[in-house]
Amino acid sequence: MSDSHELSRRDFIKVTTGIVGGLIGTMIGLPSVFYLIDPAFKEGGKEAWIPIGKFEDMQVGMPYPFSFTRVQVNGWERTASSFGGYAVRKSDDPDELLILNSRCTHLACTVNWSVDANAFICPCHDAKFSMEGEVLDGPPPRALDIYEEHRITEDGIIEIFFKEA
Amino acid sequence: MWKNIYLWLDERIGFNDFYKNLLDRPEPKTSWWNTLGSASMFLFVLQGLTGIFLTVYYTPSPDHAYDSVNYIMEGVAFGWLIRGIHHWGATLMVILVFVHMLRVFYTASFKYPRELTWLIGIGLFLTTLGMGFTGYLLPWNQKAFWATTVGTQIAGTAPYIGEFILKALRGGPDLSALTLQRFFSAHIWIIPAILAALIGVHLFLIIKHGESHWPKKED
Ligand code: HEM
Ligand code: FES
Repeated sequence: MSDSHELSRRDFIKVTTGIVGGLIGTMIGLPSVFYLIDPAFKEGGKEAWIPIGKFEDMQVGMPYPFSFTRVQVNGWERTASSFGGYAVRKSDDPDELLILNSRCTHLACTVNWSVDANAFICPCHDAKFSMEGEVLDGPPPRALDIYEEHRITEDGIIEIFFKEA
Repeated sequence: MWKNIYLWLDERIGFNDFYKNLLDRPEPKTSWWNTLGSASMFLFVLQGLTGIFLTVYYTPSPDHAYDSVNYIMEGVAFGWLIRGIHHWGATLMVILVFVHMLRVFYTASFKYPRELTWLIGIGLFLTTLGMGFTGYLLPWNQKAFWATTVGTQIAGTAPYIGEFILKALRGGPDLSALTLQRFFSAHIWIIPAILAALIGVHLFLIIKHGESHWPKKED
């Protein structure tokens, strides 16, 4: 066997090893990457209309509290999360309802309506929000969030549109 | 420029020495049977990688183990592939290691100066079996549960110390959350660490002694 023949045989083995290794690497490597980042592709955002109370029970000048729970499935686990808010009635027109989210915009404590203070008070860092949700006092960076969409059913029940994060 | 970087690194690390001693070392004329050790090692690495990926979603708790495995199979992209490779790789690894051991036996390669390589090999075989035993429980389904019940029960029949062994394996008198947790720990940390160390010594000895000759008629 000549020297050059010996060399090419070695190179052949090197190249084949490289190719086969590369193939196996990609065939397992690529799926592995998708496997890892899969949760980022998952569509959350289930939507629902959620009843919060009768329109006739909501009084002008007196924010009407409501709360509800949603069960979220995270992988193999179900977590129930609670949500809540206040419906602020302004007139006889149900479309003019202002529906506030009671989650404080500072660090997510739950605000409560205080009749004495005529404001929403956050128990955590003493923030104050007006009946319209504007910040009156304290650290929150912006007004209370609102549930943008709501509707009234034939039975006079207010429903809000809810979309999971 | 790359060449200069390579030379700079090589001067300090000595890639070339590694290359010569590891991959370019002289081999006697051998056969495909001599590739089984490397094949076992490849599977060990593959099992390690797929295993690491599995822990991204797997949970070793009695409440969630079964569901998390289910989730890997049905809810995650390519979960079936990763778990499939790990599952079949486990069986294949036990078979390969065993056949590798048979080949070393039939070619009488365990003789002087390779007795230690052989002894370490026995350790490798046992730890490989240990990986299979501990891994089998992790899906926490009926088969896994009862297989481990029986397996630990058998260990428990040893005279005098049987009950002690049984309790130590199970983390108590019965199969429980403690059993699952300690099997998980053994499966992903303790046994792989031992395996890796043993493989290291095994390879060192193989490179030190070189591969044995395929026995001839006269031997
Ligand atoms: C995880 C399991 C194992 C791995 C990764 C492994 C790896 C290797 C590798 C890469 C070689 C050199 C190539 C070859 O001959 O195949 C080798 C040789 C050897 N193995 Fe293993 N091995 C394992 C298990 C075992 C077992 C169970 C035994 C026997 C009890 C054993 C005994 C030996 C001996 C004596 C040699 C030297 C053979 C010779 O020089 O011809 N090994 N092993
Ligand atoms: S969380 Fe409401 S004020 Fe800080």
